[in-house]
Amino acid sequence: MRRSVLGRTVLGRWARVGGLVATVALAAGCSLVGGGDSGQGGERKVVLVTHNSFNPPKELLEDFQKRTGVKLEVRASGDGGALTNQLVLTKANPLGDVAFGVDSTFASRALEEGVFQPYRGPEADKGPQRYAPQGNQDRLTAVDVGDVCLNVDTGWFQQRGVAEPRTLDDLTQPQYKDLLVAEDPATSSPGLAFLLATVAKYGENGYADYWKRLRDNGLKVTSGWEEAYNQDFTAGSGKGQRPVVVSYASSPAFTIGDDGKPRTKALLDTCYRQVEYAGVLAGAKNVDDARKVVDFLVSPEFQAKVAESMYVYPAREGVALPASWQQAAPLPERSAELPADEVRAGRERWVEQWRKTVRG
Amino acid sequence: MAQDGARLRRPRVRPATLALAGAAAVPLGFLAVFFAWPVAAIVGIGLRSTGRGPGVLDLLTSAETWSLVGFTLGQAAAATVLALLAGMPVAFLLARCAVPLRGLARVLVTMPFVLPTVVVGMAFRTLFVGSGDGSVLAIVLANGFFNVAVVARTVGGLWAHTDRRAEDAARALGASRWRAFTSVVLPSLAPAIASAAAVVFLFCATSFGVVLVLGAARYRTLETEIYLRTVQLLDLRGAAALSLVQLVAVVAALVLGARARRRHETALRLRRATETARRPRGGEWAVVAVAVCVIALLMVPIVGLVVRSLSTVDGWGLAGYRALLGSGQHDTLGGVSGVDAAVNSLRTAFDATLLAMALGVLASVVLSRLPRRNPRVAGAMDAALMLPLGVSAVTVGFGYLVTMDALPGDFRTSPLLVPFAQALVATPLVVRTVLPVLRAVDDRLRQAAATLGAGPLRVWREVDLPLVGRALLAAAGFAYVVALGEFGATSFLARPDAPTLPVAIARLISRPGELNNQMAYAACALLLVVTATVVLLVERARVAEVGEF
Repeated sequence: MRRSVLGRTVLGRWARVGGLVATVALAAGCSLVGGGDSGQGGERKVVLVTHNSFNPPKELLEDFQKRTGVKLEVRASGDGGALTNQLVLTKANPLGDVAFGVDSTFASRALEEGVFQPYRGPEADKGPQRYAPQGNQDRLTAVDVGDVCLNVDTGWFQQRGVAEPRTLDDLTQPQYKDLLVAEDPATSSPGLAFLLATVAKYGENGYADYWKRLRDNGLKVTSGWEEAYNQDFTAGSGKGQRPVVVSYASSPAFTIGDDGKPRTKALLDTCYRQVEYAGVLAGAKNVDDARKVVDFLVSPEFQAKVAESMYVYPAREGVALPASWQQAAPLPERSAELPADEVRAGRERWVEQWRKTVRG
Repeated sequence: MAQDGARLRRPRVRPATLALAGAAAVPLGFLAVFFAWPVAAIVGIGLRSTGRGPGVLDLLTSAETWSLVGFTLGQAAAATVLALLAGMPVAFLLARCAVPLRGLARVLVTMPFVLPTVVVGMAFRTLFVGSGDGSVLAIVLANGFFNVAVVARTVGGLWAHTDRRAEDAARALGASRWRAFTSVVLPSLAPAIASAAAVVFLFCATSFGVVLVLGAARYRTLETEIYLRTVQLLDLRGAAALSLVQLVAVVAALVLGARARRRHETALRLRRATETARRPRGGEWAVVAVAVCVIALLMVPIVGLVVRSLSTVDGWGLAGYRALLGSGQHDTLGGVSGVDAAVNSLRTAFDATLLAMALGVLASVVLSRLPRRNPRVAGAMDAALMLPLGVSAVTVGFGYLVTMDALPGDFRTSPLLVPFAQALVATPLVVRTVLPVLRAVDDRLRQAAATLGAGPLRVWREVDLPLVGRALLAAAGFAYVVALGEFGATSFLARPDAPTLPVAIARLISRPGELNNQMAYAACALLLVVTATVVLLVERARVAEVGEF
């Protein structure tokens, strides 16, 4: 078993040489250094700061470059909340020229901090501005709306001969006991939207009582959408136990089966609307091109793609939805909404109250 | 006498001291620029800001904050104990037993470590939470699950080199197997055990995804609360106050750990690993059986993931794996395929490993030479190196935003920031793997070499390096694995066109579409394969190790 001394030495030396060669080869091929990023000087570029749900087709961004001669560079990280905070923290030396993805729950904070400079493009009045925050239509341009609604597993209710719930109040009824799964508003964005829906509906004084009734009727809470929809929802990809879930108005479009019918449905009387905005950053280095990006985001070409690439509805009027959306996920028309500054003032208190009520 | 010696040698010690200070400056400088500065900056901004949230003092004195601290430390302590209990038999198996399939066991144990916490959280959720919501047991088990590898590797690294003869002598003198273990083996392993415990404790105290998913809004830790305040409530002041609390708690835990470690550190007679492993005898088989059970249990969630990746709406299928070649349903990953993400992971982790090894080995050398003269300085430096494990990734990430633009070329958007952040997490593990072995090197060997005329560098090459060869390889392998699995900072810093595999998995799982889900699980399987390959390659490299002895 024991190797000869000579064998070991020779082997050792070869191993050392081999190791060195391997290391050099790996360093050349595996490292990030030297690879990637070949930023050409002289090229005009504009930088868009956004969240990580921003995911339009590449061709669209290339079209923008072809049309304007400006390269659009996208810097995305975190969710809408992280984005807003980033913009606030870097406002003196922003990461880019223009931002997309600050939504109506976070807009007040960004506006208060003076993150955006005024710009109202020619395209903004073709629909988007009906969603813009009151008094700030000149700084923020609405790009899309996303509604959070209760979703139900239609097959589950059909099989059992139980009528589907329709309103928020229905869910406190005994026949819907132990059927709802919702997300924690402290950690989940749809969870927060749903809490806001209840505040909008029952008011500052009534929403806590509503949640108490939900709790007593067997509400289940998860921290994220992933667990609620993928694991606990009966029509999600797991084999869950709960046929009612807090999700998006668009979710049913992704449950269309081979028979061409959606397995789920959004309850359009339970929705809360969140609007996502774009704006030119106050510290932008390239203001002219940043404005072009805002116009681009509300252009018909871009708006036609927001549904499929970001799971939200176009803000511009007269933009057709994909067929599956028209069938399974129409834009809710009676969504609740709260003014941005009211959300900013109340949110922490509401979340705290929610915790006390639901978590006792 | 030692003092006399020191005085006599003083004029000749000077250059060595300078060299030591120079070597220390590299890791400490990196730490200062890429950790201390960003964290101090963001905490400073938070404390100075006038938000609408509660005041700093109110927050620091509220009962809620203290119950948060209690729960954070309590669950971390429980998970640490669990990881130690489960990890020790595995360490024994890996280090001491010449049994077939030991290499495989080493690979399997490492696998849990790289999995994204969200995915593991969801796996544990189906196993332990079921129809209920929120479970402390599940949190502790999941945190333990992740960290068995840390114990097995850190303790196993030293155990593989400790001389068997003292133990055999004790047995020959009539000590029971247990007595021999507690009075001979355990004391010699104490530094490695304390090291492992400190690392595991920090990992568990700052564990984020697991607590979020399994705590289900009912159980919260400082880490989840800092995230909540920073990202959701935009309350930087509250986040800063809690970050300070986290920092103090972590430093306290580190100081306690270091004290325990120092008491037990002794020079050991180190042997070549192949000399210390042998076929288990008698009662040792029971320990091996326990280790095998632990490994089997670790595999339960992993097998679950693999099964999940193969099950489609209509039975079994490979749709998820085929999808890895593309960028997900509705192009969820924005033109980046699962394979691209894997390549990004490998490249990023490679850079992170190089950096972590350079920093960690330098730091270990310095630390192994310091204590004789100055235990305080060594203790402080050691703790400083560990700190990045104990501070929230959100704090560091936002800290980068407000500081890194001062570095040349606006470093905030540099692709190198990702491997840098990963190296910050991997370096402490390198130190913890290499240092116990370096410290166990009998100083008399070094002195003998020095007497024979070898300079400090030569002494290191001829005495230390051969003895710690295996530990260095183990450290590199482990650093690579840590970097592969790092999620917190990476998800914040990685650019959308260059996600790592864990970041891609988290993105896939948070989007609608059955195929995205399947692809996410298939990507987990890919991550496991990549990890296993890396660990196996490192194992292979050991065959022709850097001339051990």
